[in-house]
Amino acid sequence: MTTKAFNATRSEKMFDLFNYILMALIVIVTLYPFLNVLAISLNNSTDTVRGGIYIWPRQFTLENYKTIFQYDGLLQGLQVSILRTVVGTVLGLICASMLAFTLSRVDFRARKFISTFLALTMYFSGGMVPVFILMRDLHLLGSFWVYIFPGLISAFNVFVIRSFMDGLPYALQESAKLDGANDFTIYWRIILPLCKPVLATIALFLAVNQWNAWFDTYLYNGTASQWTTLQYELMKVLQSTQQGGSSMTNSNDMAKQMAQISPESIKMAITITVTLPILLVYPFLQKYFVGGMTLGAVKS
Amino acid sequence: MESSIETASNAGTAIPESNRGRPRKARRPKRGHGEKGLWDSVKQQKYLYFMSIPFVIWVFIFSYLPLWGWTMAFQNYKPAKSFLDQKWVGLDNFIELFQDERFYLVLRNTLAMSLMGIIFGFVVPIFFAILLNELRGMLFKRFVQTVSYLPHFVSWVVVAGLVTKMLSIDGGVVNDILIALHIVDEPIQFMAKGSWFWYIVTASDIWKETGWNTIIYLAAITGIDQEQYEASRVDGASRWRQMWHITLPGIRSTIAVLFIMAIGHLVSNGFEKQFLLGNSLVTDYSEVLDLYALNYGINLGRFSYGTAIGIFNSLVSILLLFTANGIFKKLTKESIM
Repeated sequence: MTTKAFNATRSEKMFDLFNYILMALIVIVTLYPFLNVLAISLNNSTDTVRGGIYIWPRQFTLENYKTIFQYDGLLQGLQVSILRTVVGTVLGLICASMLAFTLSRVDFRARKFISTFLALTMYFSGGMVPVFILMRDLHLLGSFWVYIFPGLISAFNVFVIRSFMDGLPYALQESAKLDGANDFTIYWRIILPLCKPVLATIALFLAVNQWNAWFDTYLYNGTASQWTTLQYELMKVLQSTQQGGSSMTNSNDMAKQMAQISPESIKMAITITVTLPILLVYPFLQKYFVGGMTLGAVKS
Repeated sequence: MESSIETASNAGTAIPESNRGRPRKARRPKRGHGEKGLWDSVKQQKYLYFMSIPFVIWVFIFSYLPLWGWTMAFQNYKPAKSFLDQKWVGLDNFIELFQDERFYLVLRNTLAMSLMGIIFGFVVPIFFAILLNELRGMLFKRFVQTVSYLPHFVSWVVVAGLVTKMLSIDGGVVNDILIALHIVDEPIQFMAKGSWFWYIVTASDIWKETGWNTIIYLAAITGIDQEQYEASRVDGASRWRQMWHITLPGIRSTIAVLFIMAIGHLVSNGFEKQFLLGNSLVTDYSEVLDLYALNYGINLGRFSYGTAIGIFNSLVSILLLFTANGIFKKLTKESIM
């Protein structure tokens, strides 16, 4: 790099130009697949087969969306997905914040032990088979709770919330104590309302995890058809054509029916349905999760 | 942008190097030494115990108990029998594992995709963060950031669907562009070529997570003293030189910490994408240790064998972690362990 003083401004401009073009390219590469899928999902499904749909539907229609919502499997999967997202997020928030509160109290005797006990779980895992056996022994296979219980306490989330609580003035707790509040009241009435920003972050993490999970359905509830999730149904539909329908076991399977009536547009309509809820919320929570991520990475 | 930059910079000041004190801690009560008996303090803090002990038990059940399951690897585990009635077989499962030819293929795939993931998945976000930081227009910067986070929030199921669609031979945009530019005459069947699989997985991973992984680097960059840039500008340093001599060294410790953490999660983390992007035509390149454990351990019901694979997987993880930490210690004299 030899940059002489007299052409500094020119090289600055070149750099800016290069940078802007690169960033624009990145934006296009990131957004195009979504726009393309959206366009196909809104296009007449027989027309889609001709190809050539890029970011605009050629024959606009909402038929594909009407079609997919006629399948029981999809509606049922949607219900389970919403249920697990709501229950998982609410329970996860309460449990993580409660534990975080006790760990943020420097005067709590068991603090060190519990912190270490929890931190260790970030570095090991029993592995797929022992965890599977555990779920079976706890009779969680084929039940809804297998989505909620294993992930209820995540060390990372607890530590993020705790570092936020560390920043709150302790005098608040002291004055509440003088007024006769017990530790639970302090947590519930004083600390929790102050933690809204970090709780928003963790809620987003928990909700996204719950909404996007498919492997636990595959592993634990693949045969319990009343508890399959939307992601799992989408997975089956997408995989059924990729692998030539070889993975099918059940003949009244939604995936199989969908694969038979084929079209691309239907698959893309499900993809959009599965993706939409998250696309609607994440930009609004951006400022929270950016803060939360940095907090977590630094302190853990 | 204002608010997000603000949060980021506030948090950024707390990055390990800058040991800014946290004065509030000092005002907190210190635990009295020997003033009270254990029982008194337990009674006094009973609510804190009520609020934490159930979760300790919970963590023990769901995180620690599976470790007990590792004993299965040394047994010929039969689900119907109790622990005492299981037949112990010593290292038989491991010996069988090491004698299986498929195992070496799977190990190669795991290491190859892990290493590609760590190199690109680690370097790309750093450069992206640095270049993003150089953008002048605040509105555009915020737009690029928001867009780049998007794929992180989408499941691998959806991403695998998108990737397959983009790379397909009928109507996939990649083939369309390649043909329009006369680079190829016939569309390439990307998803059916084993030799392409590692690159497709790595590229999908970069596409999905780069934006997300830049968050921490951006925060660290915001924490760099602005005067350094001004001083270097006076000395006539170009933008490239500023990035190389100020920004990069400025986030070095963040890079080190994140690198070690990334290595730690390497081997155990990646099977979702391989499962979803793979197909029967490319299994020789797509099968990784976790999928191998899934196929043998759970789908075929050979729990002991599957556990042995899992244990081996963990050992490889730990080995990589220590190796990376060691190399990093030598290179940068920084370490987290």
